[in-house]
Amino acid sequence: MNEKHMNPYLAGFLLGLVLLLTIFVTGRGLGASGATKNVVVAAVGAVAPQHAAANPFYSKLLGPGHEAPLKGWLVFEVLGVLLGAFVSGLGADRLRFVTERGPKVSVKGRLLFALLGGALFGAGAQLARGCTSGAALSGMAVLSVAGFVTMMAIFGSGFLFAWFTRSLWLGAKAGR
Amino acid sequence: MGPFVPDLISDQLNLVVALAIGFLFGFVLEQAGFSSSRRLVGVFYGYDLTVLRVFFTAAVTAAAGVLLLAAGGLLDLTAIFVNPTWLAPAIAGGVLMGLGFLLGGFCPGTSVCAAAIGKVDAMVFLAGGALGVFGYAELFPRFAAFADSTSLGPAKVYESLGVSPGLFVLLLAAAAILAFTVGGIVERKVAPDAAPSRLFAKKKHVAAAAVLLSFAALAAVVPNRNARLVAKVNAPGYVPHHVVKPMSPDELAFRIIDGDQRLRVVDLRPEAARKARPLPGTIAVPAGEVLGKEWRSTFSPRLVKKVFVAEKEAEAKTAAYLLVETGFENVAYLEGGYGAFERTVLSAKSPEGEGRFAPVVERFREQARTALAERVRLERAAGTAAPKKVKKVQGGC
Repeated sequence: MNEKHMNPYLAGFLLGLVLLLTIFVTGRGLGASGATKNVVVAAVGAVAPQHAAANPFYSKLLGPGHEAPLKGWLVFEVLGVLLGAFVSGLGADRLRFVTERGPKVSVKGRLLFALLGGALFGAGAQLARGCTSGAALSGMAVLSVAGFVTMMAIFGSGFLFAWFTRSLWLGAKAGR
Repeated sequence: MGPFVPDLISDQLNLVVALAIGFLFGFVLEQAGFSSSRRLVGVFYGYDLTVLRVFFTAAVTAAAGVLLLAAGGLLDLTAIFVNPTWLAPAIAGGVLMGLGFLLGGFCPGTSVCAAAIGKVDAMVFLAGGALGVFGYAELFPRFAAFADSTSLGPAKVYESLGVSPGLFVLLLAAAAILAFTVGGIVERKVAPDAAPSRLFAKKKHVAAAAVLLSFAALAAVVPNRNARLVAKVNAPGYVPHHVVKPMSPDELAFRIIDGDQRLRVVDLRPEAARKARPLPGTIAVPAGEVLGKEWRSTFSPRLVKKVFVAEKEAEAKTAAYLLVETGFENVAYLEGGYGAFERTVLSAKSPEGEGRFAPVVERFREQARTALAERVRLERAAGTAAPKKVKKVQGGC
């Protein structure tokens, strides 16, 4: 792993400025999980339109009077994230296909847990109306109750259950 | 004054803005090292607290920045999206997300970053995310009731705690610095050789904390634009640079009944009061939002007289002065507040202090009562009593 990362305070300050710029220009915050949601809604709407029309989760975002879900703000923002991260990784020589995993975990195991973790995150973000970026960070920037509650719930749950998942990340010795 | 969506930046252009903002977001996240799952989950095991440092520094910077922009009159806080709170779903969803973080090693934003530089685990995490959304959607009808429970609306955290937004941000900055300090100690204990906080000098930690704290302190001491202007117009000796006259209840009643096209009555009273004691032909504007961007077009016609109606005369007068102070003209306020309107126009008692005109005034008020009541009835029937809805910024995931 390439360890040459930016000073975290500087990175945090820049991230804060990006978020501030977003709020200043567009009046809304950053996000990520919303893009996945839009893609899923668009896919279900295209494959099984009748099924989608019957379920309020999909129908809220589909049908006449709605912009196509793939034309959502977050979909474009996430495309930008892909590009930006790619350029950053290119500059720092970090572009390579790898599966990063804890010392005790097989590649297959890591991917299985990544799938499971992704699914939990995806579902949880729907319930909480946003993920770490959309609900927690952006919410904290505008001092919303939702932002702080979601942030504390995510990190609280992480600290609470970390002991049970330690074999996924830690080696025999403490530390990495 | 920001935000520039939807009035200055169209929906189409906003997508280009989204792409550009996403680029910066992704670039910074990747630079911070958020494309590594082992680094991200390090926060939960204490060997790498980069997430804590980046996340809280960003939150304090953005929150303080929002307050500072608003204080400078550059950002309209009433026009930005504040994500509404559904308390129980937010906690339950957060707990699920915490578990997802531990098992998957990413959150959605960071997984996009990591996938962009070739991390296979991140690509699988993203696919998992889509499965999670799909599963949630399919089961959604079963717990839709829970998902919409314990709604608090767009609640602000400082209001719940009863402090000013500036003080809250300052406390947040202090809490963040405390967390960085304690976190640094933990990090060096858990990973004596590899702790990222060892990678740079103590001086830099201290400098970062100082910058963060002073930024938050600045946000706490600079008064908010609205509060500053309210203080200015209420200061003794304040003279507005345009004439602001009181309007008598009788004149207001006459002009409303007359259907005066050059009159715009702005009702500042809270919704409950407006419903219980309605005044027809008004525009409802929340008392604290008079300076909001949303209402500019309502107040800008110079040939139209804007009359503020509030429970207390002083409140309406302040609103009128605020308008004048921010460049609007032809503003007035209801003399004596809504109470005076009720005591005179709406009262069946004989008019006082009208001398020999008393019988005329009494006859007028009698007709006015009937006409006003009729207008209220018509508005209710037509549903036009509903406040004017302006297109607002939408956000959220």
